[in-house]
Amino acid sequence: MIIRLAIASLSARALTVGMTILAIALSVTLFLGVEKIRTGAKTSFSDTISGTDLIVGARSGSVQLLLYSVFRIGNATNNVTWESYQEIAQRPEIEWIVPISLGDSHRQFRVMGTSTAFFEYYQYRQDRSLETAEGALMDDLFDAVIGSDVADTLEYSVGDPIVVAHGLASFTEHKDQPFRVSGILKKTGTPVDRTVIVSMEAIEAIHVDWKSGAKVPGKTTPVDMIRQMDLTPKAVTAALIGVKSPLQTFTLQRAVNDYTEEPLLAILPGVALQELWGIVGIAETALLAVSAMVVVTALIGMMATIFSSLNERRREMAIFRAVGARPSNILGMLVLEAMLTAAVGALLGFCFLYVGLLAAQPVLDSAYGIWLPIEPPKWREIGVVLAVIAAGAIVSLVPAYRAYRLSLADGMMVKS
Amino acid sequence: MNLRRDDPILNMSGVRFQWPGRTSFALNVPAFCLQRGETVLLLGESGSGKSTLLSLICGTLQTGTGTIAVSGTDLAALSGAGRDRLRAEQIGVIFQQFNLLPFATVSDNILLPLRFAPNRRSRTKMPFEEATRLCRSLGLPDDLLGQRAASLSVGQQQRVAVARALIGQPPLMIADEPTSSLDAGSQNAFLDLMFGQLGEIGASLLMVSHDPRLGDRFDRVVELSDIAMIEGRAA
Repeated sequence: MIIRLAIASLSARALTVGMTILAIALSVTLFLGVEKIRTGAKTSFSDTISGTDLIVGARSGSVQLLLYSVFRIGNATNNVTWESYQEIAQRPEIEWIVPISLGDSHRQFRVMGTSTAFFEYYQYRQDRSLETAEGALMDDLFDAVIGSDVADTLEYSVGDPIVVAHGLASFTEHKDQPFRVSGILKKTGTPVDRTVIVSMEAIEAIHVDWKSGAKVPGKTTPVDMIRQMDLTPKAVTAALIGVKSPLQTFTLQRAVNDYTEEPLLAILPGVALQELWGIVGIAETALLAVSAMVVVTALIGMMATIFSSLNERRREMAIFRAVGARPSNILGMLVLEAMLTAAVGALLGFCFLYVGLLAAQPVLDSAYGIWLPIEPPKWREIGVVLAVIAAGAIVSLVPAYRAYRLSLADGMMVKS
Repeated sequence: MNLRRDDPILNMSGVRFQWPGRTSFALNVPAFCLQRGETVLLLGESGSGKSTLLSLICGTLQTGTGTIAVSGTDLAALSGAGRDRLRAEQIGVIFQQFNLLPFATVSDNILLPLRFAPNRRSRTKMPFEEATRLCRSLGLPDDLLGQRAASLSVGQQQRVAVARALIGQPPLMIADEPTSSLDAGSQNAFLDLMFGQLGEIGASLLMVSHDPRLGDRFDRVVELSDIAMIEGRAA
């Protein structure tokens, strides 16, 4: 009955209570949304590479190596010579090794040279492999396989010619050797979607007439001649490695890091990701703190509303007192009302979150490659809701205590 | 609570009340007694200290000296919570107006005292049926019970207040000018109904009014100034 009365009392003040609920709901949505995007981004990052035990590249930082080799963020400081690559590939621990060559672009998308083994061993979201949606993998020297975002954005289909530009933001295009789209990959939600994949030999081929990053003037080797040339790569940017037994991962890592011919770096993707989280962790915490403050602000707004309603509710409190309610009952009722308000607000916030997710999911996925799963609330999120309700109760104690004092002084008679 | 049936329902002696921090106003009640089943009309103008007196009897104000005993229990011997409990169990209160929670239904308003008075609740075997019965005998239609109190006319609200004061059969009813917001015609009808129900449960009534014409119905009519001495003026 007391809960029914509290609900009736709240609905009698529907407008102000509604505004308070809305404020709490939006703040909870913001908080849960930030949390969702944070964990979603983390999983997206972690899901980008799986099944790879080590990544090898020129010596730089482990985060940097991870970022440019897997996420195509930033650039390599140096390459790994083909000889070193070969030497590592020969080691007994190696189950498979996939070379990666970066540095060219097509429009806003990066071009990656690799071997067909990439399609065999690269895995994302635990155990998913790349699949073609249309066409086939590279067969000819000038064949390119493009990610789904590349195909969507540039409206390419199988058989279309494309021209690769040297460097990442350059207008010097490798016009002499037009490529052909041989296949389009299915969407993965990883940077592969935004990559043009060609063979290692193709990367060599387009640089036949180039020296030190510039085209040799007047020199144009015909395509037919290029096909006759030895296109063994001279260097790779990085290599993805799978080892035979997980125990050998560290042995191989040490061997690569101690490699004497040139400075190399081998990283465990998971460890490097952890390092990356360590770096972005501060920003993450700050974001979370800000959204938590928004929740607190909404609750303080509720406190102010309760305060301002106290005066007009003195008669109501006097009636309660007349029928035998103690001042502590009055306090309890105000806290109960606040908890109901906070609870409705928090639950509404949840609804907003799901509506928002439904709307934002495709946008975030295509724009940022972050896939936010729509799933039943986790314990952590339920914990947030409970915390909001508890915080609402605590915050309401302040005006409720004032009501307690008022009702103690007023008794059954309101002196106005 | 150890109640003896022959105790007066209300017994005040040597009461002197002074608002804390104010010396200009004090209320003295040397002796006042209300027997069980007795109905008393207390006549007094506003500012004569009647609100203070009623608050003292109901235990929301505490005397400095003297005794106020309700059903044989000295209020001064009780804690604040104890006085609230005693009021809940023993006294039904009706004000001049604003008796009901406007947002709550009529039935919730009537049943509200039972929430704070376990004995009254246990006496009321079927609370909702009892509320319906009270409403009927006070001339209120059944379909009113589910309506919000704010939608009722003033006369209906006052009758609902009577039903609330009487549910669970408390031995004492205190009414503070319950008819002053009603027109003359409905005043009489209201009092008829109220006295009818009071008689049925044998409760005492202490009613404050400024209107001496109401006196015929009561066992006793007392001038407030005869039992209570005011020093200074009430606020």
